[in-house]
Amino acid sequence: MRRMILRRLLQAVPLLLIVSSFTFVLVSLIPGSVATALLGDTGTPAEIVAIQRQLGLNRPVYVQYWHWLDGVLHGSLGSSFQNHQSVASILNARIGVTLTLVIATVIVVAIVGVSLGVLAAVRPGVIGRSVDSLSWLGLAIPNFWLGLLLVAFFSIFLSVLPSEGFVAFSTSPLRWLESLVLPVIALAAGPLAIVVKQTRDAMVSVLESEFVRTLRASGLGERSIVLKHALRNAAVPVVTVLGVLFAQLLSGTVIVETVFVLPGLGSLAASSVSAHDLPVIEGVAVYFTLIVIAINLLTDTVYGWLNPKVRVT
Amino acid sequence: MSAVAPVVGVHRVSWTAPVRELLRRPLACGALVYLVCLVAACSAAPLVAPANPNYENLLDVSSGPSLAHLLGTDDLGRDVLSRILFGGRITLLDAAEAVIVFVVVGVPLGLVAGYLGGRLDRLVMSVTDIVLSIPVIIVLLVVAAVFQGDLPLMVSLGIVASPSIIRVVRATTLSVRTELYVKAAEVIGLSRLQVLRRHILPQVLAPALVQVSVFAAAAIVLEAVLGYLGLDVAPPAPSWGSMIAEAATVIDQQPWLMIPSGCVIALTVIALGLVGDAVRDININRRSPTVLRARSIGSGSSQNGARAAEGTPNPEGSVPSGAEALLSVRDLSIVLPNAGGELLIVDAASFDIGRGESLGIVGESGCGKTITARALLGLLPPGGRIAGGSAMFDGEQLVGARKQSRVQLRGKAIGLISQEPMAALDPAFTVGYQLREVIRANRKLGRRAARTESLDLLEQVRLPNPVLVAGRYPHQLSGGMAQRACIALALAGRPKLLIADEPTTALDVTVQAEILDLLTSLRHDTGMAILFVTHDWGVVADFCERTAVMYAGQVVEIGGVDEMFRLPLHPYTEGLLAANPHFAGEGPLPSIPGTVPPPGAWPSGCRFAPRCPYVTVDCKISAIALRPGTEGRVTRCLHPERIGGRTTDVSS
Amino acid sequence: MSVPEPLLVVRELTVTFRQRHPEPALRAVDSVSFEIPEGKTVALVGESGSGKSTIGNAILGLVPIRSGSVVFRGHEAANATRVDRGFLSKHVQVIFQDPYGSLNPARTIGQILVEPLMVHRKMSRSDMKSAVAEMLTGVGLEAGAAQRYPANFSGGQRQRIAVARAMIIAPDLVICDEPVSSLDLSVQAQILNLLSDLQRAHGLSYLFISHDIAVVRHVADRVVVLYRGQVVEAGSVREVSGSPRHPYTRALIAAAPVPDPGVQRARGVARRHAVVEREVPDARPNREACAFAPRCPYVVDRCRREKPNLRVGSSGALVACHLEEQLPEVAVLFGRPRDGGNAFDQDPESGDGQLVRPSGPR
Repeated sequence: MRRMILRRLLQAVPLLLIVSSFTFVLVSLIPGSVATALLGDTGTPAEIVAIQRQLGLNRPVYVQYWHWLDGVLHGSLGSSFQNHQSVASILNARIGVTLTLVIATVIVVAIVGVSLGVLAAVRPGVIGRSVDSLSWLGLAIPNFWLGLLLVAFFSIFLSVLPSEGFVAFSTSPLRWLESLVLPVIALAAGPLAIVVKQTRDAMVSVLESEFVRTLRASGLGERSIVLKHALRNAAVPVVTVLGVLFAQLLSGTVIVETVFVLPGLGSLAASSVSAHDLPVIEGVAVYFTLIVIAINLLTDTVYGWLNPKVRVT
Repeated sequence: MSAVAPVVGVHRVSWTAPVRELLRRPLACGALVYLVCLVAACSAAPLVAPANPNYENLLDVSSGPSLAHLLGTDDLGRDVLSRILFGGRITLLDAAEAVIVFVVVGVPLGLVAGYLGGRLDRLVMSVTDIVLSIPVIIVLLVVAAVFQGDLPLMVSLGIVASPSIIRVVRATTLSVRTELYVKAAEVIGLSRLQVLRRHILPQVLAPALVQVSVFAAAAIVLEAVLGYLGLDVAPPAPSWGSMIAEAATVIDQQPWLMIPSGCVIALTVIALGLVGDAVRDININRRSPTVLRARSIGSGSSQNGARAAEGTPNPEGSVPSGAEALLSVRDLSIVLPNAGGELLIVDAASFDIGRGESLGIVGESGCGKTITARALLGLLPPGGRIAGGSAMFDGEQLVGARKQSRVQLRGKAIGLISQEPMAALDPAFTVGYQLREVIRANRKLGRRAARTESLDLLEQVRLPNPVLVAGRYPHQLSGGMAQRACIALALAGRPKLLIADEPTTALDVTVQAEILDLLTSLRHDTGMAILFVTHDWGVVADFCERTAVMYAGQVVEIGGVDEMFRLPLHPYTEGLLAANPHFAGEGPLPSIPGTVPPPGAWPSGCRFAPRCPYVTVDCKISAIALRPGTEGRVTRCLHPERIGGRTTDVSS
Repeated sequence: MSVPEPLLVVRELTVTFRQRHPEPALRAVDSVSFEIPEGKTVALVGESGSGKSTIGNAILGLVPIRSGSVVFRGHEAANATRVDRGFLSKHVQVIFQDPYGSLNPARTIGQILVEPLMVHRKMSRSDMKSAVAEMLTGVGLEAGAAQRYPANFSGGQRQRIAVARAMIIAPDLVICDEPVSSLDLSVQAQILNLLSDLQRAHGLSYLFISHDIAVVRHVADRVVVLYRGQVVEAGSVREVSGSPRHPYTRALIAAAPVPDPGVQRARGVARRHAVVEREVPDARPNREACAFAPRCPYVVDRCRREKPNLRVGSSGALVACHLEEQLPEVAVLFGRPRDGGNAFDQDPESGDGQLVRPSGPR
């Protein structure tokens, strides 16, 4: 187990380097220089040159990258081109929102998804089929469209939930919750469908296995068999899927945060790309990658804990 | 040598079979039709669209569906349907580009990594691991901002998403590579390329197609996301994503506008999903040999359909009942579901087991012995049911008993051990934990008492170090140890009858001997009766006091083993004993010509008649019931006296 | 008269497999040597972990060989190049245990049987078709089977197809890896008879891998007994099964139950003392000691310190045991042959297993 964790951590370093350098190179190729974007159409050539020198954009790409890397190793992610704020501070202010959104979604997906999946496996008749149909819908509907539909219905038509904006927990727990409901539903729909399907398939397969038959034959109660033994074994493939979904959710935050105007990393990613704000884009890439690495580590650990074949030789 | 005809009818599995399978799934067919129409309509948009998608009719703004505009108009008066058709060209073309890159990059890499293995495989795996960790959306956003046009975007998407298909193709290749028919092809002398092309690639196609359909759906949605963010086409050109963005701005005035563009995306994704699912289901049917084996047994004609209900009961008293019998089975019939309805698998089985006795049920594959044994515990495969007969256990009727009472019996009165001991234990819990759980479920014992009892049981089954074994997981045990643990599990409830379903078939012969000795001594120590299902006559001779022989779903002979081996009362028994290599002299082994008729193709009259050397005319006329023979034995043969006997004393 | 060159000579064959990190490499086959003469059947007998199947795979080139040599008609087969493999595959073929996995379910019988011909013979299409038809009838199936798929056939019939595939290019040696272990008893007899008929007709050799000592007694000329990758006893079938000199061979024979209740009762005592379980089985194998020492009822100190060499024993067979001469005589009970005939006995005129009218007790 320890070897696996070590391997993951070792993979992190080249991964971060690859992602950051790749993004750096690409962004530096953006036509229309950053300076023009910042100054708008009104900048004179002299002003453009001045900005370029000020932001260090007149140096070759690899020098800029090395400079940035050097900064990172000293704990600084540079400053935003747009407002000269420290990138780290911008990101840290927004990471809470994204993490809240993502973690809330994962919790909902895990709890609701696994429960529905188990239910569909144990009661295959009407319940199973209706769960199936709902899964289809969840998978098919694009999450941003779902978000807009939810806004149309709950915010505009019913006016019970806010259509945009984020309220901090410290300000008002109730409104914090309200501001999260619709985004979480939009983000969770697709992954929920996948988890329900996976759980159901895994449970059905486990319930047909030989050891379940043996446990039944030895007089163990059905509830104990399903909830303790079958679920424990079915959880193994489901955890793997959850890990992959968790990482995909990050991508989903870009569009969902944009639709619901939530001040998180996702919407920052979208806006900083159109603004050609290089340091911020770099910073977002690094943070996203770190989060993905942490997720992979967590998934591997949970998987190892669940699966004795990995834990004990 | 007589030619042997195939067992099942002429039904051929050819390449038209998948098409037929597809036609059997109306939803998937509909999905396929929808996709084809969509692609056709969008490609021919300039010809098919009712209006110019950019034509603004400011007099007819934001109207709902009408005859002139089937899907209404948007806030600039443009016809929504036309915009969807033209927008579809962008989205579908982009998705196609991504899919092509996805396949071209992913499939060869997966094949090569899976087939060649070694360092190349490790390299491909570490690269895909890294690529999987890259946040896709960042890459896409940046590429979208940097490069003009959608092609670089879709190419990057295809590359970045390829790890998923690489993994699937690699996994399939790895599993197919270990199949025996691939090894046979290599032994024949086919080159690596030939093996890949002829044997591996065909098996890889279907899982790869499933991945492609999943990815195509994701690509369409992703393209729509980019459209929503305004990154794919310049206005006023339509794309599905940008249409949703436009609709979002007027959502409070004209909510209808959200629907068409979103729906077409959702429908397309659903259609792709349905097609992918259908491909996966059809492929499972084609590939799995065990599924094929099960199907071939069950797909006979429904000749027995009319009789499926009851089977052929035996006349009263034909099976002498011991007054002391612990378990008394009479005319037990079991059916399983199959394509045409239900199929009779076990036909009026009857036998007794006395207290503390060891009874064998012996027969070849497909005779129904395993399913008979499991039916006693109510453990039939899904859809199977007992169609008639009775099974009296210690005064209680098992057939038709309420589920509650059957559950009560399990473990406490009747225990079970089965063929694959490793698979019979829950891999997620230690042996000791499972044992304690079963003990506490069957007897009211506290935690500490259960722990002591579990160690006692492990000792009783002669495991060398009970404490060590209790702390082990099933995968850490050898086959013999695992089977002993299963026996301990079965004994936990102190049952009166142990059903042993081929418990030593998967074990080495030296381990088998130990397990048989263990079971014999347990039987003597606890007075437990054992019902031993097997195909091995040596085991019967070693372990059983009496045995029942099954053939084609029927019990054909019951008797004590000494008498039966000396003088069989049924030609099938005689044939099996003769074919045993133990008794072979020089020259060929005597063998029973022909094959066992599968359920659904049982002949009327004696089922063994087509293969029987003593057959007479009256054997084939009508069904034959069990009848008493000498010394309390039972046989289903009309003419047991014709069976060639030994010169040794028959009557003792 | 000189002894003819053996068809296949295996010398000091060693095959190792890598294991998960802390474990050392597994020696699946450890310095195994034996020969296969022309036209004869040599059996490899052992239980799981004995390495018998691995030896077959190594000869066929399906697993890499760590060290040692495999010489077929003068050609070195160990880790052969692709060109040499071509030569070998023309003369050495295989029949596997699992009749369901060894035929590609997506191809017709005809396509399966034609493949070896395509690789090794230059034949016209119609010639190939008739060769396939001839082979099918030769193994007891009808020629029309070529159009059908494996799913239409039972286990025994599929195994016949596997036999046909192995024989169609007329090899000199066929490796039979547990060919009847997955089959029912009545079908087993049919396949064994088929194999011996083909051997008689074409003079080919078999390497017969099995765990079933009764089957081996029936089919083999020579027997090699394997335990944990090493040869423990090797000799003619009469020597090894008639008077086994190695404790493991004795244990194998004693443990295999005989289908005769009276005989089996008498054997019970011998069997219970044949194997002793002393240690928890996952103890690491000690290469300096006899591999069977942990389970041997006759073990002495020397067995644990010094690994016994294979040398000629008192029965004439090769045995690897320090105490070989001192082992007690054990009446090896196989059961009396069945006296008195029955209807399933061989009728010499009508081929194997034909039905004959009973002629009364003989």
